[in-house]
Amino acid sequence: MLNYTLRRLGSLIPVLFGMSLIVFFIIRAIPGDPARTILGEKASEAAVESLRADLGLNDPIVIQYFHYLGDLLTGDLGTSIRTSSEISGDIWPYLAATMELAFVAMLIAVFVGVNAGILSAWFQNSIFDYTAMIVALIGVSMPVFWLGLMEQWFFSLELNWLPSIGRESIRDPVEPITHLYLLDTLINGNLDQFFTVVKHLILPGVALGTIPMAIIARMTRSSMLEVMRSDYIRTARAKGQRMLLVVYKHSLKNAFIPVLTVIGLQTGLLLGGAILTETIFSWPGIGRYVYESIQYRDYPVIQSGILVIATIFVFVNLIVDLLYAAFDPRIKY
Amino acid sequence: MSNHVLEVNDLQTCFSSKEGTIPAVNGITFHVDAGEILGIVGESGCGKSVTSLSVMGLVPSPPGNINGGEILFNGEDLTKATEKRMRKIRGNDIAMIFQEPMTSLNPVYKIGDQLMEGIRIHTKLSKKKAYLQAVDMLELVGLSRVTDLMKSYPHQLSGGMRQRVMIAMAMACDPKLLIADEPTTALDVTIQKQILNLMKNLNEKMDTAIMLITHDLGVVAEMCSRIAVMYSGKVVEEGSVQDIFRDPKHPYTKGLIDSVPDMRVKKDRLYSIPGNVPKPGAIKQGCAFAPRCGQAFSRCAKETPELLETDNGAKVRCWLHHEQ
Repeated sequence: MLNYTLRRLGSLIPVLFGMSLIVFFIIRAIPGDPARTILGEKASEAAVESLRADLGLNDPIVIQYFHYLGDLLTGDLGTSIRTSSEISGDIWPYLAATMELAFVAMLIAVFVGVNAGILSAWFQNSIFDYTAMIVALIGVSMPVFWLGLMEQWFFSLELNWLPSIGRESIRDPVEPITHLYLLDTLINGNLDQFFTVVKHLILPGVALGTIPMAIIARMTRSSMLEVMRSDYIRTARAKGQRMLLVVYKHSLKNAFIPVLTVIGLQTGLLLGGAILTETIFSWPGIGRYVYESIQYRDYPVIQSGILVIATIFVFVNLIVDLLYAAFDPRIKY
Repeated sequence: MSNHVLEVNDLQTCFSSKEGTIPAVNGITFHVDAGEILGIVGESGCGKSVTSLSVMGLVPSPPGNINGGEILFNGEDLTKATEKRMRKIRGNDIAMIFQEPMTSLNPVYKIGDQLMEGIRIHTKLSKKKAYLQAVDMLELVGLSRVTDLMKSYPHQLSGGMRQRVMIAMAMACDPKLLIADEPTTALDVTIQKQILNLMKNLNEKMDTAIMLITHDLGVVAEMCSRIAVMYSGKVVEEGSVQDIFRDPKHPYTKGLIDSVPDMRVKKDRLYSIPGNVPKPGAIKQGCAFAPRCGQAFSRCAKETPELLETDNGAKVRCWLHHEQ
């Protein structure tokens, strides 16, 4: 197991290297001059030229790449052109905000999705099954921005139950320690603030979690239906086991591997794909961080942001691969 | 009468499909006495497995449904029992082993956990005592290195070992009736013999009645005291092993016995009964075997014969014998 983990980690090196290469060159292929963008339309040609030299933009592109790669290996993600500050220091609060949001979204998606899928399979062709699967179909097809806006309109404006934007109350900001506010408020022992943070997480969490929830529900259902027809389920019933345990113990563990794969992929997609949700809910996450950098042609930030998201995606799927063994003893490493 | 562990009377189990309701088991009647081994014999598709699942209350529903008749287990009608009551009976009073040992154990749980699960559902034994009991059961079915085995997963075992585990699991709560649905069909011949011997030993040692479902007449001759021959959802002949092998009454039974290869007689071609088993419910009128029967006459196609008791206590469902 340890051996396998190490081997898998080793095999990530070329993947990460390839990622850095792609990210670097794709961004250079986009037209537009960052020096001109920073200095504005009215700046003199000489000023722009001297800034280009300062930023290293005049070097051959291969040299630029190796500079970039060398910096990466020392943990230096570069300096933002726009704010002149270190990206490695800047990026964490944004990343933490997105991770917290993605965590809540996946929690909702997995809990509701898996259970809806199980019950749909258990009571196949019942009214519950039909309703759940139609709702899931609507969930997959619903645009996130529309769902987010509807949530804000209904739960914030009409009912005034939940805050519509942001991570925290403006009047009572959270004192950041880890920048994961759920943790920070608990560390500070401020329960009121904790619940405020939870409230802020619900609407964007649901908006972001709806599509994965629907996909997980449908995947769980079809996987469970297959397992529940198998011989060992009949054996479990022949032992006199109650149906609840036959379903949740004997069937679910067997049916979970394809569901786990979907959960892993969706978690990865969520981290990068949260831009829409983050924009609608003014969530200071990594998606927005990258999006704003694109507007300013802040190459280093775009590169690093995408690289960080991609790296997390790769690691989430590594964890999923390792988890397979926990669910199925037949999987050998 | 009183020593019937299981008595099935006129049981009908139907499956609904697009073409309407199909009776897989169509008025089957038989009984199993305490401590005996009853063989239920028939070709594929004659309703053997559905009968056993009906007794266990495990007919997949929908589409399956028990439409009539009664299943008396020690006098209690199981067709009327609640699901809760059935759970108490399954695995405890009536246990079952299946045809496919390769797929009948849950691949993601350890053998030990699966054995102890059954024990702990029906007894109040502590985990430790259930473990000891499980170990005992594995030894009883002739497995060795049982403590290692308890920690193994099904995929690490051979087919024969898995079937032994299945038997251990079935026998763990000392059931009064064991239903074995083609327990050796999927195994090698040598392993078949071992498993059958094991079942026979357990039958004698623990006095568990066994309902052995098979299509193998050789197995029946070796194991059983009585036989019920099934055809198209009905029992067509029932009697002691000696009577049926020496003097089969029903043309179908004769056909079955003739189609077993005999080492003493050299034949060019093995006998086979012409035609195929009709689809359940395909024959609405008359004896279901009539279209394939060499001795059929006009009455066979029109009226369905009753199960008739003959002079030596055997029963047969055939107009030939009604005539006598």
